[in-house]
Amino acid sequence: MLTAELLASSLRMAVPILLTAIGAVYTERSGIVNIGLEGMMIVGSFWASVGAYFYGPFVGILFAMLAGAFLALIHSVTTVTFGVNQVVSGVALNILAYGASRFLSLVIFGKATTSHHVSGFSPIDVPILSDIPFLKLLFTDISPIVITALILVPISKYIIDNTVFGLRLRAVGENPLAADTLGINVFAMRYAGVIISGMLAGMAGAYLTMEHTGMYVEGMTQGKGYIAMAAMIFGNWTPTGTLWASLLFGFAEALSLRAGEGSIIPYQFIKMIPYLLTLAVLTGIVKKATPPAASGEPYDRSIG
Amino acid sequence: MEEAVVLKNITKRFPGIVANDRVNLQIQKGEIHAIVGENGAGKSTLMKILAGLYQPDEGEIYIFGKKEKIASPNKAIELKIGMVHQHFMLIDRFTVLENIILGAEKKKGIAIDKKTCRQTIKKLLDLYNFNLDLDAKLEDISVGHAQRVEIIKVLYRGADILVLDEPTAVLAPQEVDELFVNLRRLKEEGKTIIFISHKLDEVLNIADNITVLRRGKAVGTVSADSVTKEELAKMMVGKPVLMKLDKAAAEKSDVKLSLHNIVMKGNGGKNSLNGVSLEVCGGEIYGIVGVEGNGQKELAEAVIGLRQDYQGDIKVCGKPIHGLSIKQIRDSGVAFIPEDRHRQGLVLPMKVWENSILGFHRKDKFKKGMFINIKKAEEFTLNNVKEFSIMISSIHQEIEGLSGGNQQKVILSRELSQEPEVILAAQPTRGLDIGAMEFVHRQLLQKRQEGKAILLISADLEEVLSLSDRIGVIFDGEIVAEFAPEEKTLEDIGVYMLGAHRKAGESA
Repeated sequence: MLTAELLASSLRMAVPILLTAIGAVYTERSGIVNIGLEGMMIVGSFWASVGAYFYGPFVGILFAMLAGAFLALIHSVTTVTFGVNQVVSGVALNILAYGASRFLSLVIFGKATTSHHVSGFSPIDVPILSDIPFLKLLFTDISPIVITALILVPISKYIIDNTVFGLRLRAVGENPLAADTLGINVFAMRYAGVIISGMLAGMAGAYLTMEHTGMYVEGMTQGKGYIAMAAMIFGNWTPTGTLWASLLFGFAEALSLRAGEGSIIPYQFIKMIPYLLTLAVLTGIVKKATPPAASGEPYDRSIG
Repeated sequence: MEEAVVLKNITKRFPGIVANDRVNLQIQKGEIHAIVGENGAGKSTLMKILAGLYQPDEGEIYIFGKKEKIASPNKAIELKIGMVHQHFMLIDRFTVLENIILGAEKKKGIAIDKKTCRQTIKKLLDLYNFNLDLDAKLEDISVGHAQRVEIIKVLYRGADILVLDEPTAVLAPQEVDELFVNLRRLKEEGKTIIFISHKLDEVLNIADNITVLRRGKAVGTVSADSVTKEELAKMMVGKPVLMKLDKAAAEKSDVKLSLHNIVMKGNGGKNSLNGVSLEVCGGEIYGIVGVEGNGQKELAEAVIGLRQDYQGDIKVCGKPIHGLSIKQIRDSGVAFIPEDRHRQGLVLPMKVWENSILGFHRKDKFKKGMFINIKKAEEFTLNNVKEFSIMISSIHQEIEGLSGGNQQKVILSRELSQEPEVILAAQPTRGLDIGAMEFVHRQLLQKRQEGKAILLISADLEEVLSLSDRIGVIFDGEIVAEFAPEEKTLEDIGVYMLGAHRKAGESA
């Protein structure tokens, strides 16, 4: 079963989870829980279809990231500025994203649940890696977004661990009061963290539409935003950990796709694997993981 | 001599109170200037004005002779004023280095130039003779070291005027000594230090000049050489204060509370309690001292039943209580004065009378069928208010509007009214002013007189020494020494508190 083909499929499945999960690392490290990532993926997937259909893939991905960022901006305003419960705000955004995409799909494409067919980026081969026999299938003919996602892992690790921005982002997520007394703008850092997560979730949505399915389909995210959060937690709030966790979830999904027909176990059960894995991770592993100390707590200087 | 800070007629009002009332203050460059006063005297408000966190309603501030407006913490840093907060503004998961540079990072492009940062800090450490491991995680270092991080943090930002808000409140005696060595070194290098405290011995030891605040007003500035502790106390309170408690002999009876070999798991594989055994008799106060975080909290939580995940036996009046619910434990005669009255002892938005019967509301005397007998509860509360002289406008007032001292009195009146046999008092005077503190102490001594067993857990060494009949030092979840208060000096106790006796190979 463990063929290169299965691995290639795992990687493809892992990419949208990975992109969103890296975004989740940014928002969570700044201290804001973003359940709305699912919604940001949905608007990303829809607006990618609009941009790609009318103007081509580059505009598609741009639209997707802007749409995700816009939804993230709303999340920032409600949770950072007004201190609204972060889970409630995120859930509301998910519902909004679903409804708005359905409505706009009717307006733009005349169909509520799907867009027209759109084309994505031309696939490319990764030099050197595609020449290695076993990795050949993994790294030939793949989407540039896959490569972008993989490159984002070390870049994000560097940003979070070694830059001034990263240090301050982590500081507001751990102890916003301390950061504030040192002259760090807690609100600006948190806005930045949330908006980066929205952009990456939007890009993940674009990947689904443009590179995976070739069109926007209602419900195509299938809860991947939540799975991404689980991957981020499983990855212990770090980009590298998140990569391995996303690959694991991708593998589970790839497995559930192919173990379909003819098996003794009804395929519905096999389809459950990624979600069961999510549950298992969230219940079993979370205890050992260490979330940022101020994650989920609104900051208000007067209460401090 | 040049004046580093001059405050002229500073007034700051908050709704309902005047926190600072036309305060005048002059601080010379290169001196250690102490500001003393009871809780609520306005010390912290005054310093927050200096640190740019509050704006004064009236008055003028001069820094090194120039009139300034300190509009923000950043402005204060610009003026070379650095604040070391009482509650450390540090991030546990960061390294010492990261904590120091945060907000003032030296950059190379977008990246942090850790090498230059490290060199700058190393120079500071050498200059002031501080000892710190820059790569240690903050959560792994001691409180005394964390405080050094705070001090280096403000020095790294170029502070010439250091404001230390109650810096010794969390330290063991040895750590206080080390801090004072550091402060004197800073003074030698020409730094000006403002030292806020209410511990008079320390102030007399370290300060050159002392300004006393009382109810928002500066009542005077005196030189530390020319004043006695009694005189200072009188200035602070406005009337003579008894510095020693009258402790009558009490008759010891049987063991009422016994802990046998209590082991509780903590975070990261370390035990937070590591085989604690102790016995408290009726008519006795058993004091537990130790640096915070050595198992005091867990010990209290085990006795009252908040935590059940321990091994070993706890007996109240001879009956084991492991596995009993908190209600059952309280019914068996344990009273609990929690260390954090806002989170554990009271429900802040609820009224005084409601808080007064909290936990005992199921008792028959407060019930009428399935309802609460409000009339009885109110009578009970009014009685308590009178007996404990609790200052309130009405028993229907929300309890969060009361001062800390009065809130504590409500807890005491509730807990002590139920005739407990064992009283578990955790930090019973934390944050109280001298008057309220005295009251709490007298109550505890009276209960001792009545033959109750009292387990007192406190970070205030003086309090434990003056109240207790026996003292146990807790270190790393173990009682490492047990003695009568007159048997050991403060220094000896400090050695145990820091666990230094282990390193010296001496057995407890």
